[in-house]
Amino acid sequence: MSVAIRVIPCLDVDAGRVVKGVNFADLRDAGDPVELAGRYDAEGADEVTFLDVSASSGDRATMIDVVRRTAEQVFVPLTVGGGVRSTDDVDRLLRAGADKVGVNTAAIARPELIAEIAQRFGSQVLTLSVDARRVTGDVTTPSGYEVTTHGGRRGTGIDAVEWAERAARLGAGEILLNSMDADGTTSGFDLEMLRAVRERVQVPLVASGGAGTPEHFVEAARAGADAVLAASVFHFGALTVGQVKDAMRAAGLDVR
Amino acid sequence: MGARVVVLDYGFGNVRSAVRALERVGADVTLTADRAAAQDADGLVVPGVGAFAACMAGLKAVRGHEVVGRRLAGNRPVLGICVGMQVMFDAGVEHGERTEGIGEWPGVVERLQAPVVPHMGWSPVEVPDGSVLFDGLADERFYFVHSYAAQTFTKGHDEHAVSRFRPPRVTWADHGGRFVAAVEDGPLSATQFHPEKSGDAGSELLRNWLSALS
Repeated sequence: MSVAIRVIPCLDVDAGRVVKGVNFADLRDAGDPVELAGRYDAEGADEVTFLDVSASSGDRATMIDVVRRTAEQVFVPLTVGGGVRSTDDVDRLLRAGADKVGVNTAAIARPELIAEIAQRFGSQVLTLSVDARRVTGDVTTPSGYEVTTHGGRRGTGIDAVEWAERAARLGAGEILLNSMDADGTTSGFDLEMLRAVRERVQVPLVASGGAGTPEHFVEAARAGADAVLAASVFHFGALTVGQVKDAMRAAGLDVR
Repeated sequence: MGARVVVLDYGFGNVRSAVRALERVGADVTLTADRAAAQDADGLVVPGVGAFAACMAGLKAVRGHEVVGRRLAGNRPVLGICVGMQVMFDAGVEHGERTEGIGEWPGVVERLQAPVVPHMGWSPVEVPDGSVLFDGLADERFYFVHSYAAQTFTKGHDEHAVSRFRPPRVTWADHGGRFVAAVEDGPLSATQFHPEKSGDAGSELLRNWLSALS
């Protein structure tokens, strides 16, 4: 037996509330991130991720409070991403009780941020999020995938596989690879892209985007993902963490 | 009130999680770098994340290494977590640079040799007979996040060692090779994984540690 494939529910949080609909029958308040994180913990989630989608700085302060209250009650690792631009942002989140911090856009603009965070806090706190898609039109990249920003609306022309590799070299402790093509389709993870990144990076790789059935999670693990992340299939009750783990266990994969 | 535990606050480690996890299982927890309080507590927890060299420098800045040494000399329990365990060995080597540790245990903490590093996630452990920390927990997984570990443990292997002392109990895990996941050595216990992040199994382990404090 080796390290278990991690199953990670992700919650979008704005102004202290979960913004995409969440459908748990016995919840008092389906919009409370603290309560939901606790619920996922009880279901067997191996980690919980919050994505801060706040637009204003006041809402970011609220997020710190959410992280603090969650860390009081949830005893599995908590990753917080969204709007992290500096080592001081990382420091605030870690002090509030986050175990890992997700960095995305700010590192594209200034890759040295990755090294700065790794040097100050260690690689293990830093998850680099890569929102990637297949290149289209007259854009080309060596791998055929490019990094996007603004939730996939803007292409950067940066090769997604090379970016992941460079980020790991700079000190990212983990790569969260989010397929903007697969995201929201529930038709499965982008396995080809996962394999391409897996071949080139030696840090843990988290698959994200496209989960619809328990088998999709199995496929992602077999394509080389160390962890699988999903949002809507868990929120809307289409799947439970337990169902995903049962399928992985039945497929001979190590799960907790 | 439960056992009085000090979590050493020397600037490294997810101290808040450690405090909450200990409180959850009934400890009376103080987060401080105050040496008198750390010396006096029923149990001392030394957390730690990040680089070995930085943690060691932080410990020395609050003279935490002296408190650990004095507590152990007086048979008073200490629990190291993650890098707080690694610093109990002779030294750590990160990026080719060797840093002296506290030296309670022989051996050097070195980089894991595995296809994927850091080792991040829930792994099973191989628990020795008679373990107090893992009582009832031998089949559980615990949450690890680290790139370095002690990959040998030699203290107590010498058969000519003074026999009235119980040899250390060593728990192993595997990530590209065996490494030390936990040690119980008289008053000094330590885990490479994070019990404070290991859900109910981690809570039980902390409860087991607390129940042995007196």
